[in-house]
Amino acid sequence: MSLSRREFLKSSAAASAAAAVGMSVPAELEAAATEAEGSWRWDKAACRFCGTGCGIMMATKNGKIVAVKGDPAHPVNRGLNCIKGYFNAKIMYGADRLTTPLLRQDSNGNFDKKGKFAPVTWERAFDEMELNIRKALKEKGPEGVAVFASGQYTIMEGYAAQKMMKGGFRSNAIDPNARHCMASAVVGFYQTFGIDEPSGCYDDIELTDTVVSWGSNMAEMHPILWSRVTDRKLSDPDRVKVINMSTYRHRTSDLADIEIIFTPNSDLAMWNYIAREIVYNNPDAIDWDFLKKNIIFAASPVNMGYGLRRAGEKSLMPVRADGSAGKYSAAEMETINHEMVHVVSENEAPALKPYGYKAGDKMVNKPAGLKHWEISFEEYKKFLDPYTLDYVAKVSKGDPDEDIEEFKKKLQTLADLYIEKGRKVVSFWTMGMNQHTRGTWVNTLSYNVHFMLNKQALPGSGAFSLTGQPSACGTAREVGTFCHRLPADMMVKNPKHRKHTEDGWKIPHGTLNPVGNQHIMKIHRDIEDGIVKFAWVNVCNAYQDSASATHWIKAAREMDNFIVTSDGYPGISAMVSDLVLPSAMIYEKWGAYGNAERRSQHWRQQVLPVGDAMSDTWQWMELSKRFTVKDVWGPYTLRNGKKLADVRDAAHKMGYTDDTTMYEILYANERAKQYKIDLNSFPQKGYDNSDCNGDSRNVTGGDGKVVKGCGFMVHEYLWEEYASFGRGHGHDLADFTTYHKVRGLKWPVVDGKETQWRFNAKYDPYAAKAVAKSGNGSTHAFYGPLAKALTQGNLMGITDKKKKSLKNKAKIFARPYMEPPEVPDKDYDTWLCTGRVLEHWHSGTMTMRVPELFRAVPEALCYMHPQTAKDKGLKQGELCWVESRRGRVKAHVETRGRNRPPRSLVFVPWFDEKVFINKVCLDATCPQSKQTDYKKCAVRIYKA
Amino acid sequence: MAKLWNNYRYLILRRFTQISILVLYFGANAWGWTMLMGNLSSSKIFNVIPMSDPYAALQMLFAGAAMATDLLIGVAVATVFYLLIGGRAFCSWVCPINMVTDLANFTRRKIGMDKIKGVKQPASRNIRYWVLALSLILSYLLGVAAFEFVSPISMVHRGIVFGLGFGWSVMVIIFLFDLFVLKNGWCGHICPLGGFYSLLGKFSLIRVQHNEENCTLCMKCKNVCPENQVLHMIGKESLPVLSGECTNCARCIEVCDDDALEFSIRNMAKKKKTGE
Amino acid sequence: MSENRPKKMKNKQPLSDRRKFILNMARGVGLATISGFIWSAYIDEATASQLLLRPPGAIKEDDFLKTCIKCGLCVEACPYDTLLLAKPGDHKPLGTPYFVPREVPCYMCPDIPCVPVCPTGALDESSVTTDDKLDINIADMGLAIIDKESCIAFWGIQCDACYRACPILGSAITVEYIKNERTGKHAFLRPVIHADACTGCGLCEHACVTEKPAIFVLPRETATGKAGDYYIKGWDKNDEKRLENAKEIKTTTELSKESAIDSLNNNLEDLY
Repeated sequence: MSLSRREFLKSSAAASAAAAVGMSVPAELEAAATEAEGSWRWDKAACRFCGTGCGIMMATKNGKIVAVKGDPAHPVNRGLNCIKGYFNAKIMYGADRLTTPLLRQDSNGNFDKKGKFAPVTWERAFDEMELNIRKALKEKGPEGVAVFASGQYTIMEGYAAQKMMKGGFRSNAIDPNARHCMASAVVGFYQTFGIDEPSGCYDDIELTDTVVSWGSNMAEMHPILWSRVTDRKLSDPDRVKVINMSTYRHRTSDLADIEIIFTPNSDLAMWNYIAREIVYNNPDAIDWDFLKKNIIFAASPVNMGYGLRRAGEKSLMPVRADGSAGKYSAAEMETINHEMVHVVSENEAPALKPYGYKAGDKMVNKPAGLKHWEISFEEYKKFLDPYTLDYVAKVSKGDPDEDIEEFKKKLQTLADLYIEKGRKVVSFWTMGMNQHTRGTWVNTLSYNVHFMLNKQALPGSGAFSLTGQPSACGTAREVGTFCHRLPADMMVKNPKHRKHTEDGWKIPHGTLNPVGNQHIMKIHRDIEDGIVKFAWVNVCNAYQDSASATHWIKAAREMDNFIVTSDGYPGISAMVSDLVLPSAMIYEKWGAYGNAERRSQHWRQQVLPVGDAMSDTWQWMELSKRFTVKDVWGPYTLRNGKKLADVRDAAHKMGYTDDTTMYEILYANERAKQYKIDLNSFPQKGYDNSDCNGDSRNVTGGDGKVVKGCGFMVHEYLWEEYASFGRGHGHDLADFTTYHKVRGLKWPVVDGKETQWRFNAKYDPYAAKAVAKSGNGSTHAFYGPLAKALTQGNLMGITDKKKKSLKNKAKIFARPYMEPPEVPDKDYDTWLCTGRVLEHWHSGTMTMRVPELFRAVPEALCYMHPQTAKDKGLKQGELCWVESRRGRVKAHVETRGRNRPPRSLVFVPWFDEKVFINKVCLDATCPQSKQTDYKKCAVRIYKA
Repeated sequence: MAKLWNNYRYLILRRFTQISILVLYFGANAWGWTMLMGNLSSSKIFNVIPMSDPYAALQMLFAGAAMATDLLIGVAVATVFYLLIGGRAFCSWVCPINMVTDLANFTRRKIGMDKIKGVKQPASRNIRYWVLALSLILSYLLGVAAFEFVSPISMVHRGIVFGLGFGWSVMVIIFLFDLFVLKNGWCGHICPLGGFYSLLGKFSLIRVQHNEENCTLCMKCKNVCPENQVLHMIGKESLPVLSGECTNCARCIEVCDDDALEFSIRNMAKKKKTGE
Repeated sequence: MSENRPKKMKNKQPLSDRRKFILNMARGVGLATISGFIWSAYIDEATASQLLLRPPGAIKEDDFLKTCIKCGLCVEACPYDTLLLAKPGDHKPLGTPYFVPREVPCYMCPDIPCVPVCPTGALDESSVTTDDKLDINIADMGLAIIDKESCIAFWGIQCDACYRACPILGSAITVEYIKNERTGKHAFLRPVIHADACTGCGLCEHACVTEKPAIFVLPRETATGKAGDYYIKGWDKNDEKRLENAKEIKTTTELSKESAIDSLNNNLEDLY
């Protein structure tokens, strides 16, 4: 076995060498990427859907995509797909594609918030947007203009949007739906490694002995990876163990040797239990040499709240005698009040004892930000003390019908598998650990266990965060379309990063806004508070995918603001908007995605968009033409009193005039124009490029004239400019043309070689360099630059404010078990968990329009235990109400089938706009990552 | 107006009954009403009282089907019911085909089909008994309820309740047959269900009574009667219509301007008769 | 069909009443025979459909055709509009209930509302009852069959839509894991139907994402073969049950159809 694994390693090293940039791309692969056969043409692309990042080939015929095939040369999927991928050819051709801009109008054709949608020209659409952005900027400053961005943006779109928002409008209120999906993983990476994204790669699957899935239904959500896990299990069924950790039984249990059904949030306790087993009962398993060279211990405040609205916010005023406050009912306030004061429960008390709390104590919550400090190993050990098997089993056992002793045995086996010497372990997780009011905590806890055992960043071992979206990594994270980020792991808060970015964008120093706090829930709340007056939904469905949805929909429809949605199809977001723009869909534009294993992959525009649809990049460029230096670069005062300087003079010094448009500065600048249209050579030859050259549809554009395109290769420009921020900083990307020849490359791409295991000196040139420099002879270097100097203290707080450097080191965090803010009680007695099903992608706007997928799963069901149904007087197939303090939806009862919750929980997927479960879900977030916890709130179920 | 009502009151009531029954059945299937569920072959009233077609059950018996209790109860209910109100009351008050054949008959009179000289009724009214016997033999031989697979009554009725398919063509065929081929062809000659109810109706209670004293021999009644052989006593004798083939449609009563015809109960009729 | 009324018979030479009666009877019988043949031929044709899926609890097709009174009460009881009554033009035994799973499958209601309403026992409650309780899981409406050529899970696509749609997944459909040697790192997850558990509800057929379903339900009679009762699996205790049906064996082949004596006497010449 070990021999064959070594062989495998060698062969995959060879594979990555084969992908070396510019030199050793096998000729037949390159040729295969574009084949013209008969009347159709094959060209490579990436799958539109999840974060797995499968490679596909698209067949076009007479200007339409007619078929798809899995790309046999692609290392992730080797020609295979799941059934969403199988239907990539059908997703763009739904009968109700949006083909023209639509504006709410009165009978005279004037904009009317209460009017009905009617078609308008692109010119009129941009007129309205311009007018409303100017109004918002005037009234509320940059904080009044917001964008709901996406992990499904192409990399170039995301970068284009980010430039105009942050560089042009000086607004950091651009935040992606990826916030809902992996923000906790990001903050976990930042705090632990100082740099974002996983250390390992999918090759870990073939190399490991143990796959532990923590809150991830890989069987349905990452089917191609799951088939690789299955293959691994088949190759050595006795040695390879698969463990499924979940709050309800789902299809991932099918392959599992052990299934652990736990109480929501108790993953915190279980990780700490494993750590305690290591520290207290198996100290020999700790690799002290590794720890001393590479790891420090850290703690952070525990009273940080739950990311809910806080008392004093505008929509929570006035507070009334009946307990209601502002726009929130008394029932809603019952939960929201936890944000200010939380009473420590019996279950939490043992875990919080080292922090000085006991059951019944009032914990006063304060926003703590990302603050943390170094502690000693002894403090960490003291922190772990409460997590005995008895205690953890008591708070974690999620199935009331399971025998506690059986459950304990499983926990013990789990810990033993992690600890076993020589056993390789991969911990995968997705939304279960990320969508969590302690998401950042639980992410960091996973690394603790792997670090102590020296099972991180090694082939076949490591904690590995899988992403949901196709470019959550590539666009949202790497490009930085988050409110707090800039490209390549830079932060808006950091003056050096801002300056570096301003230099890269050739905009005056001081242009970028240093306050980046308008994350996606904050944007919704700011709209409700009347602060955001203009919001633009890009490549996402912000009004279907956000919890406590009724508040945001009311705010959008009933308040004085202007909401725009760019989309391919009329979803809920379009429905609540004032202006709807028809967007080109994925294969109707040039693009690139980055998957969960740091693999960036590009595709060319395969076909012309449907109707008058245009790409989001084009939309951003058209909008930018309407704003000049004098419009947007004057002085502003932010709501916290901070001033943004008037940078117009500085702009003049850079050669811009008052009337220079943002388009000329941010997009059509000197650098951009170096990237020429060249229709005679690869990769542009033979392919449409509507953004750059216009196309045969002759769409009338934002200026009332036929779209002729920008005239330079904007996609290559955006890619290269963006990539230049990461090159040399551990984020190295290859050049634009290379990506059109290969099946994606895992960054950092150094000297033409991709990197399989980061931070490992053997595989990662950056780590090798750092180890050589430090001379400590370590196998690893955790070279991420963020938060790499810490004050000293103990569990209770900081004792020594002097910052100590921890260069090249990662962190083990002491973070206790706590309960979520809303726990089932006698009124709302059942946990609600939402999530996805294999057949549908996110809010279903695409997959619910594929007849086969629609027929396979036409509606979202309420999965529940047969006993729950019986107790509530419900029959299989009957309609029931699922009601929380926020709202209720009707769904059909399903007591059989794919998901089998314990009696204490129901599961309702969110893809179905007719079963709008986000009206029920709670918008509590991890206070550090701001990621919403969709996995737990309290509901009651009754007959409809 | 009063005259109109007087002349058509039973016709209106019959149409009302026929259509109401169809609507109730339709509503049961379409909207889950429970007043009258199923169809004429077997139904449930208010989800409790079963009613089943005794002729269908008889065929099933011949086909060799095991007879379920529910079915037998339903048959009993239906049998008793039609024994009371007159077997062929089914034909004129319930059966949807009646509306088709009545229309054909009406059209015949209007266009004067009956007045064409030399057009004779070429068939015997007894065919229905042959068909009845044949259906039972075939049920036995084929092991299925033979008439139920060809019955235009079920086709049309089921069609209206559950979806018609090509069932409309059956209505057209019967209409054209009755119009051009044979007067009262389907209901009066061929239909074995009519035959079955004729036999059952021999014993039923409600009867049309003829009062010869009032009769002016205008013969309107015989003209309008779909089974006019049952009115052999008109103008001759004061007798109740005792033939099971009478459908109790009461057209004769309505068209009689001389009060020579009326409904009566069998025994009373007898008494009347003996009393005279 | 036509038959003159005896009363109106006006022949030149009056026949005796007796003779008239016999002739009429003979004619009636003759005509009845003709129409009987036509009628029965039609019914034979109309009831010949073997590919029909009946509601749960339906008795054997032959008996079902005898027993079903075509009242549609089962159709009305079905909360999902799964059941249909065969209309003229459907080319199915007229008026009998059936369902087309690709359109609307049987959702396997645990309280099986369609069965208890049947007045004739064509839908047999006892066949869907376990321990005095209705049990839809033992219903037998048909059996799902997979066409492995068109099933994309057999290509390696991660589908299993049928498996996840199955109300009794894990018993009626399981997933079989097989290494994909072509890719070297993926596995096939192939659906496998277990005939003993499959109820034929057709939710799999309904969910199947191929253009024409690669998994589909047929009446069990049509979908299954049958091994003879003269061989019992020696490794399967349950298989002994088939012995109960085992009958006396007598075989005839082309070779053995003559009696031993005839065969010995008649075939000698052939040896020369």
